[in-house]
Amino acid sequence: MSAQGVNTWDQFIEGIWKQNPVFVMVLGMCPTLAVTVSAMNALAMGVATMFVLVCSCLLVSLMRSIVPKEVRIATYIVIIATFVTVVDYAIQAVSLALYDALGAFIQLIVVNCMILGRAEAHASKNPPWIAVINAVGMGIGFAIGLLSLGVVREILGSGTLFGVSLFGEGFQPWVVMVLPPGGFFVLGGWLLVFALWEKRKQAKEAAK
Amino acid sequence: MTTNTVPETQATPTGAMLRTLGLVSAICGLIIVSSYHGTYTAVQANKKLATERAVKSVIPAAKSIAEYWLAPGGSPEIAKGGDLPAGTIKFFAGYDAEGKLNGIAAEGGAKGYADVVRVMYGYSPECQCINGLSIVSSRETPGIGDKVDSSKSNVDKDFMANFKALDAKLNADKTALANGIKAVKHGTKTSPWQIDAISGATITSRAVANGINDSAKALLPKLVPQLDKIRSKS
Repeated sequence: MSAQGVNTWDQFIEGIWKQNPVFVMVLGMCPTLAVTVSAMNALAMGVATMFVLVCSCLLVSLMRSIVPKEVRIATYIVIIATFVTVVDYAIQAVSLALYDALGAFIQLIVVNCMILGRAEAHASKNPPWIAVINAVGMGIGFAIGLLSLGVVREILGSGTLFGVSLFGEGFQPWVVMVLPPGGFFVLGGWLLVFALWEKRKQAKEAAK
Repeated sequence: MTTNTVPETQATPTGAMLRTLGLVSAICGLIIVSSYHGTYTAVQANKKLATERAVKSVIPAAKSIAEYWLAPGGSPEIAKGGDLPAGTIKFFAGYDAEGKLNGIAAEGGAKGYADVVRVMYGYSPECQCINGLSIVSSRETPGIGDKVDSSKSNVDKDFMANFKALDAKLNADKTALANGIKAVKHGTKTSPWQIDAISGATITSRAVANGINDSAKALLPKLVPQLDKIRSKS
């Protein structure tokens, strides 16, 4: 597959734009809705998921020729769970406050369908360097997705951005934004923006 | 499986599957164990720091902190580390610069609106009262239930005023609290052992009260008669 001129840039940009896990594929909604109450949480979750994604894809790709197809899912899950455990320890070592804020969603990265999906659909069929480039792109795309929810929810729900107060004392926080419904509102809003964008692009192309 | 209608595609031998799974597990095991060891000291240091910060927030005057274990029927001993034996109560003692006891801190927890609310409270032997509160962990509703948390910007100052001198005296024969610590509806506090609940967050306020009460009920009758044993830092 690699020999036929795989465009590295395309592989990289795929996850960020064309196949963005959050806004296009709508995968991994569980952490997307749950931990994006603040920009910091969203960023940390995005980075943690990206680390697991990149490491798992590298290992899956390296082992792709020796893994029999009958046991491939079991193998992928073990590999993913391993890197999630590593991330779990790493976050505890970095900051317990962050660890408490992300809660069970760190462990739940194991069942993030985006990661298993990438391992199965991409990494198991491509050489390591392409798998890693694609995974980095996907990871960045996922992190951008989380961050765009987190930023909006934190600004509206707490009046802060990365913990820095934006509006001063008079601001009355829009509490619903940091509650679960807020996650759905903001996700719906972003999906609307992207859908409008796409529609406009298509209209422009049709007019040509 | 290998009926004669389906031409046999290359079936993987069991040995190969086992070998692969074994190899993957061995590699993954190695990664997990090395990352556990690599982060162990940092994680432990972080946990210690977090506990110390919580204890110092309820005994602000403390210069140093010691963790004690109180076994049933025993006397308080410096914590040995490892798992807490069943029935043993853990508490912290804060000491001033001269090594004199200036407060006790202990943890409690009770079911709140969303999940268990874990609290750390400070007990002052001088006034026999609870004079500090911090929330260790809670998943209460932001903007409503989390007003009990003094680390949040929207903390309810009237609620925190409950914990300046919350009565926790023992009864005459020192076997139980003279009055159980209880949350009452907002604005109906009449006695010093009552906690004036936050209006709209009664369940969370009650969880805080119950967490303190359950823990204090178990710890104080055993500890207070033996306080002299830990008066000065050993």
